[in-house]
Amino acid sequence: MGVPPLIEGHRLTKRFGSFVAVDGIEFHVQPGEAFGFLGPNGAGKSSTMRMIGCVSPVSSGELRVLGMDPAVDGARIRARIGVAPQEDNLDTELTVWNNLLIYGRYFDLPRAVIRERADELLTFVQLRDRRDDRVDPLSGGMKRRLIVARALINQPELLLLDEPTTGLDPQARHLLWDRLYSLKRQGVTLVLTTHYMDEAEQLCDRLVIMDRGRIVAEGSPRELIQRHSTRDVVELRFETAEAPHSALPRLAETGERVEVLNDRVLVYTGDGDAVAGALDGNGVQPASVLVRRSTLEDVFLTLTGRTLED
Amino acid sequence: MSRTPAVLRVVEREARVFRRLWRGSVYSSFLTPVLFLAAMGVGLGGLIDERNGAIGGLDYLTFVAPGLLAASAMQTAAGESLWPVMAGTKWVRTFHAMVATPVGASDVYGGFIVWTAVRVAMSASAFLAVAALLGGVPSLWGILAVPAAVLCAAAFAAPLAAFAATQDTDVTFPLILRLAIVPLFLFSGTFFPVSELPAGLRAASAVSPLWHGVELCRAATTGSVHLGAAIFHVAALTGCVAAGWWWGTRTFTRKLAQ
Repeated sequence: MGVPPLIEGHRLTKRFGSFVAVDGIEFHVQPGEAFGFLGPNGAGKSSTMRMIGCVSPVSSGELRVLGMDPAVDGARIRARIGVAPQEDNLDTELTVWNNLLIYGRYFDLPRAVIRERADELLTFVQLRDRRDDRVDPLSGGMKRRLIVARALINQPELLLLDEPTTGLDPQARHLLWDRLYSLKRQGVTLVLTTHYMDEAEQLCDRLVIMDRGRIVAEGSPRELIQRHSTRDVVELRFETAEAPHSALPRLAETGERVEVLNDRVLVYTGDGDAVAGALDGNGVQPASVLVRRSTLEDVFLTLTGRTLED
Repeated sequence: MSRTPAVLRVVEREARVFRRLWRGSVYSSFLTPVLFLAAMGVGLGGLIDERNGAIGGLDYLTFVAPGLLAASAMQTAAGESLWPVMAGTKWVRTFHAMVATPVGASDVYGGFIVWTAVRVAMSASAFLAVAALLGGVPSLWGILAVPAAVLCAAAFAAPLAAFAATQDTDVTFPLILRLAIVPLFLFSGTFFPVSELPAGLRAASAVSPLWHGVELCRAATTGSVHLGAAIFHVAALTGCVAAGWWWGTRTFTRKLAQ
């Protein structure tokens, strides 16, 4: 290993009264990595991020960020990280430019330094022409990009992104992903939470899957799919609600693992085309058949028995 | 490396917002009290002076000017400490943005109170200048009425901002204005001496922070400072600030860093 981790959590726990939001998780993030917490809403991702961001005290267990203890050196850690929160908390009383200026001042950066960086950052997130506008009329995607620019004003070694593209349209998401790639290439360590499997697959070198406050799996997206799912998935949709259940015994004969969801049936197999081709012979007549590669969504389903959207 | 204390970085944000919005606040923090001063001090005061002569040796304008100074300091403080705190913790969440940086929750609270003090210092100075022009400030000691008004404002801002951070909605805020701020405004020796009040209420007025503020401002503008009384009033107001500050650093931490 050699290189000490940038973030390290041991038995990390967060309780709110009797509710356990984060339940003794173990993880570490290496410098330069893009690391993800993937899980459905309420899995404990945001609580974990708030502990890493040194705004929420650790209930029990250990956490070290940049080699320091958040309980002791919270302000020193916060000085060296950037945070893009889930909820938009841009300063609506100020212009785009002044949002960056004032945020830089919270870090006690000299104004001349902030001006120089703010100029570069607005170019980086493609908001230069909106510099003197108020933030209220900006689109969702622009606000997100401004939040990322704001989080970079102190040139952080570590950037925390909580649900960076939730609620954005596809074009806005891709633009933001592109900017995050570019940061990664510059050597910034990214830690993000998401409940989008495609986001995790696109951005993360390594991730943990969280469910109900616990980590249920850890690895690169490819490793996780290899370890916990099959190469292919056959998705079957049926006309009636009863049809999947009557098809189930015959699907089971294929010898593959079968998952019945509300709206479809999934058959996990090494060879999707063979399973799809054999359906007719088995007397299964779905309304539609889709053969696709496994995704992290399938991993999540396999591990928790639920879909990410639940 | 760090040169500006975190509390002042929060003040800087407020000051920058104020640079854009100051025109709106001129009306509530300066023009309204000046209109009161004209109506009560000059208009009503003329009538009172004609019929009754002076209150404790003071013409009515001189009596009411420091009362209005302290009372408008209180009102500015109350207005600044309720809804703007809700905006910071809930509506716009600017406070949450601050605590993600080296600025801590108690710095946010402290900065907010310090900024309220700065604002009141500005509006109190302007009001005092107008009162002096109208002839309502006979003593040069009157300058000290500005810090007295600031202390009075802080005595309200500190506990009110602390309270506001405990709330999830603003439903209690109008009640505070109606049930606390307005009665205090009327019955804390602002418009008439508390000695005119029935005995029970007179005792109650002694626990009104505004009464202490009014007495301090009046001692300054009329130049009749009794050291013992002044120390008593300063101590009472400082006590409110200290208690509020103790509470506020806790409620802000609970709200912003849980």
